[in-house]
Amino acid sequence: MPNTPNGHTLYQRVMAETPGGDTLITCLQCGTCGGSCPSAADMDATPRRLFAMLMAGMDDEVLKSNTPWYCVSCYFCMVRCPQNIPITEIMYTLKQEAIAQKYFDRNPHTDWAHSFIGYVEQYGRGFELGLATRYHLTHNPLGAVKKTGLMFDLARKGRVAMMPERIENMPQLTAILTEAKRIAGGEK
Amino acid sequence: MTAANGNGRKDNYLYYPGCSQRATSRAYEKSAKLVGQALGFTLEEINDWNCCGATDYFSVNVLPAYSLVARNLSLAVEQGGTRDLVAPCSACFLNLRKTDTNMGKYPKLNKQVNQALAAGNLHYDPGTLNIRHLLDVIVQDIGFDTIEARVTKPLTGLRVAPYYGCLIVRPDAGYNTEYPTHLDELLTRLGATVVDFPMKTHCCGGHMTQIGEDVALELIRRLVHNAAEYDADMIVTLCPMCQLNLDAYQGQVNSHFNTDYRLPVLFFTQLMGLAFGIKPGDLDIGSEIIPADAALAKIGQEAETKPRQAVRRDKNALPMPSLD
Ligand code: SF4
Ligand code: SF4
Repeated sequence: MPNTPNGHTLYQRVMAETPGGDTLITCLQCGTCGGSCPSAADMDATPRRLFAMLMAGMDDEVLKSNTPWYCVSCYFCMVRCPQNIPITEIMYTLKQEAIAQKYFDRNPHTDWAHSFIGYVEQYGRGFELGLATRYHLTHNPLGAVKKTGLMFDLARKGRVAMMPERIENMPQLTAILTEAKRIAGGEK
Repeated sequence: MTAANGNGRKDNYLYYPGCSQRATSRAYEKSAKLVGQALGFTLEEINDWNCCGATDYFSVNVLPAYSLVARNLSLAVEQGGTRDLVAPCSACFLNLRKTDTNMGKYPKLNKQVNQALAAGNLHYDPGTLNIRHLLDVIVQDIGFDTIEARVTKPLTGLRVAPYYGCLIVRPDAGYNTEYPTHLDELLTRLGATVVDFPMKTHCCGGHMTQIGEDVALELIRRLVHNAAEYDADMIVTLCPMCQLNLDAYQGQVNSHFNTDYRLPVLFFTQLMGLAFGIKPGDLDIGSEIIPADAALAKIGQEAETKPRQAVRRDKNALPMPSLD
C-alpha cells in the first residue's frame, strides 16, 4: 500500500529528502550493494531489493523492513555503486521516515538514537557513560551488568568521563536546531 | 593522491576533537599532541565546538543533523579563517566533510542549513574549509621522510595490522576506498613490520556494539581473526570508535565465540610517539583494555600498567542526569 502523506509516495519523498537522492531512479538492480554489504545476512531485504520494493510502491513493507536499521554506515555499497546512488544516505532518510511515521518509534535502535540526541540537545556534547547507563538499564538490565563491567574496566583505565560537558553557547545551538526542525517539518 | 613529499607543511591547524577524545580515547588526543610537538605542528581547538551527531542524529532528522555539524564549520571559520580543519575521529571527519561537500553540491541543502544557522547568527559558505583527517595531515603535510628522520627508537620486529576502518577512506577522501596503503607506509617508516591485512577497511560495527550486539561481535571477530591469522602482535587504528570496539569488546567476542584472542589495539599516534622516543606512560599506553605489554616488550618498551584516576570534573561539568 503506498503511503502518501501530502500526496507524495515514499519513493518521491526519499528522492526529495536525500541530498542526491534523485539518482535513485537510475538504479540498475545490479546487486553490487547487497553483495558488498557486511550486514546483508541480517537484513530482511538487501539494499537492491529494498529499492525495488520502494519503486514498486510497497511503502508499508519498506518502512517495516529492518534493512536501514542494520546498516552500519560503512559506505561500501556507495563507493561501489555503478550509478553513484547515495545508498547510505538513503538508509538514513528511510530511518527518518520510519520514525516520523511511527513504524519504529520504540525499538532499541531508535531509543538509542533518541537518548543520544537527548544528550546532544541538552549539553551540545555526547556523554557515553550517561547514555550507556540510561539505555541499557531500560532495555536490557541483564546485559547492563555486562556493560557495567565494561564501563568499570574503562573507568579503571581513566577512559570514562563521569560528568557530561556542556558547551557554553547552548542557546545558540538550540536556536539553530529549533529552526532546522521547523524547516524540515514544513517540507513534509 | 600523490606521494607525500612534505611540501604542504603548515604549523597550526584548526582542531575538532570530537566527544570521544575527552573520554574513551584520551590516549589518542594526548599522543597526537605530543607527536605534533615533535614534528612541529599544533592543534588549535575550535572554541565551544559541539558534537558532530555521530550516525544517530542523521538517522532521526537529517536537516538538524547537518545544521548541528555546520555550526562547527561556521565557528571554525570565525576563529581561523581558511586554515585546514583537522579531525582525529573518522566519524567526525566524515560528518564534517559530508556537510561541507553536500552543502556545496546541493543548493537547497545549503540554503536550508544557512537559514538554520542564521537563527544563531552564524553562516557557512561550503568550500571555505579544507576538512582533513589527522592521518592525512601527518602523511601529506609532514611527509614520510621527515617522520622517518625523527625516529630514534625504531619499532623493529613489531608485527602490526594496519586498520583503517570505513570512514577515513569512504566515500570520498581521496585515497583508495578499498585498499589504502598510507598507514602501512607510515608504520613501515617507523620500523615496524606491516602484515597483510585484507580486512583493513571493513567495519568495526560502529554503534552496533550498543544496539545489536550479535551483529557487532561478528564484525569484530572477523577483524581480530584476520589480524591474528597473519600473526600480528597488535592492531593499529586511527579512530576512537574502532579502537573502543576492537579493544573493549574483544573479551565479549571471546566469550561469545569461544575464542581466545588477546590482540592489543593502539592508535597510530601512540606508535609514532614510541618510535620518537616518547615515554609509553606519556602516550597513555596502559590505558588499553587488552594490555600491550607483551607486544611492546618485543621492541624493548615497557607499558605503564598502574591504574589511573577517572577523568576529573571539568569546569563546565554538570551533575549526573537522572535515569528517566
Ligand atoms: S549498486 Fe547501485 S545500481 Fe546496483 S542495485 Fe545497488 S543501488 Fe542499484
Ligand atoms: S553502508 Fe549500510 S547498506 Fe551500504 S554496505 Fe554498509 S552496511 Fe550495507
